Amino acid sequence: MSFAELGQQFVNALSLGSIYALVAVGLTMVFGILRLINFAHGEVVMLGGFTAYFLGKAGMPFWLIAIAAVLVTTVVGVLMERIAYRPIRGAPDVSLLLTSLGVSIALQNGAMLAFGNQPKPFPTPAALAGQNQLPGGLQISTANVVTILTALVLMVLLTWFVRGTATGTQMRATAENAMAARLMGISINTVIVAAFVVGSALAGVAALLYGARVGRVQYDMGFIPILKAFVATVIGGFGSIPGAVLGAYILGFGEIFLISFLPDALTKYRDAFVFIGLIVILLLRPQGILGSTEPEKI
Amino acid sequence: MLTLTDVKVYYGAIAAVKGVSLEVHDRELVALIGANGAGKTTTLRTISGIYRPRSGSIVHDGADLTTMPSHEIVARGISQAPEGRQIFGSLTVRENLMLGATRRTDKSGIDEDLEDVFGLFPVLKERLGQAGGTLSGGEQQMLAIGRALMARPKLLLLDEPSLGLAPLMVGRIFDVVRRLKERGVTILLVEQNARKALEVADRAYVMETGHIALSGPAAELARNPEVERAYLGR
Repeated sequence: MSFAELGQQFVNALSLGSIYALVAVGLTMVFGILRLINFAHGEVVMLGGFTAYFLGKAGMPFWLIAIAAVLVTTVVGVLMERIAYRPIRGAPDVSLLLTSLGVSIALQNGAMLAFGNQPKPFPTPAALAGQNQLPGGLQISTANVVTILTALVLMVLLTWFVRGTATGTQMRATAENAMAARLMGISINTVIVAAFVVGSALAGVAALLYGARVGRVQYDMGFIPILKAFVATVIGGFGSIPGAVLGAYILGFGEIFLISFLPDALTKYRDAFVFIGLIVILLLRPQGILGSTEPEKI
Repeated sequence: MLTLTDVKVYYGAIAAVKGVSLEVHDRELVALIGANGAGKTTTLRTISGIYRPRSGSIVHDGADLTTMPSHEIVARGISQAPEGRQIFGSLTVRENLMLGATRRTDKSGIDEDLEDVFGLFPVLKERLGQAGGTLSGGEQQMLAIGRALMARPKLLLLDEPSLGLAPLMVGRIFDVVRRLKERGVTILLVEQNARKALEVADRAYVMETGHIALSGPAAELARNPEVERAYLGR
């Protein structure tokens, strides 16, 4: 592999990891507070994609599409919590898990009925479609650069929110000990809604970047991102935000470099290799890389 | 004033509190003593809105707390240092303390109370930037009480503040409880250490398997032969 090729794959892996990270953050935030694995988070991404498709068809400029898509995913996330998850708060973990699978299936099938099962073109703006020639024969797509920079800016903002704001501190406190958080006067509902707002807004951004990457929008387009975000979160340690981000980039690099280095005959098994890698990591660190080992309650 | 009237609390089908009535008057220190599993912690957590009574009522200064959400109860000025301290171990000491003031907006008052907590527990000032989980048991108990004080409570609920602490530390914690009482903070104290609790309290209730078995002035209860035999080990 030439230096230029290596550089391109490096950028490509960073970009893919960035998209996984944006999805994984919402997954791990909600899990941290509710102990709920929100599989329907992928459908939030999908609905962001369809928002972009319809507004693009209506001829809206992309910056307006982007704002609208993020607003829609945020509202979808908040409604999901209010309608599906709040009524079963405190139910056993299995009930929460089944509910999130149910919401996921309902939204996917609803989207298929409403929008059809054929892929629709994503309205990638011309500005994102270009390639940039760098010295040394390096060729990098604008979409990748924008993806990486967007994720970087959002991760900095997220860190500020979680570490530096009152709501962020309340969120960390609630994730660690919900009863003590209530005794402090923290409104658990407010914290949960905040987690869904932040997670779903990031999923909206991910929808735009992922849509631009794959170039199309489809009722089941949320499946791959949520699966990968789930794996990233497991690698990093469920409930840990830095862990989810780290896991996402490990996964991005793992996937891209497996494709590059595997013989052609094996590249179609790349997900199998990714999951073998996951199993190895979990054998070595069952709680994930940055996950905490909480003492078992007896 | 806090008034519990015939409060019953269930975990599923099991009754943990089977009809408790008690009162805490303003500026009073009331102890709730009794054996493990008598329902003391459940009673305290029900006052804070963590558990809901199945029947009975809880009234504080004329407001009905029975169905009030926990964050509104704290906003009314009822804060708690819970059993087992329940420090946020991954958050700094400062963050823990500031979370105690979650329902307050009076910035200057919060700063004053922070200084006040440092006055009571100087060690917390040295540990401000440290994660709560790195503190010793005694320091964590100080943090738990300090955190509850950051709410500038009208009523302070202390659940087993001496549990698991070395005798020297138990003494220091009770010194602080005494100082808070002298300042006029209204306190409901749950303790297994009945001797210490009866020393500092004005009045006390003795709980047995979900009921109030005895009540009266603390000094009288301390001389009660039944209490002596069952709780003071004399």
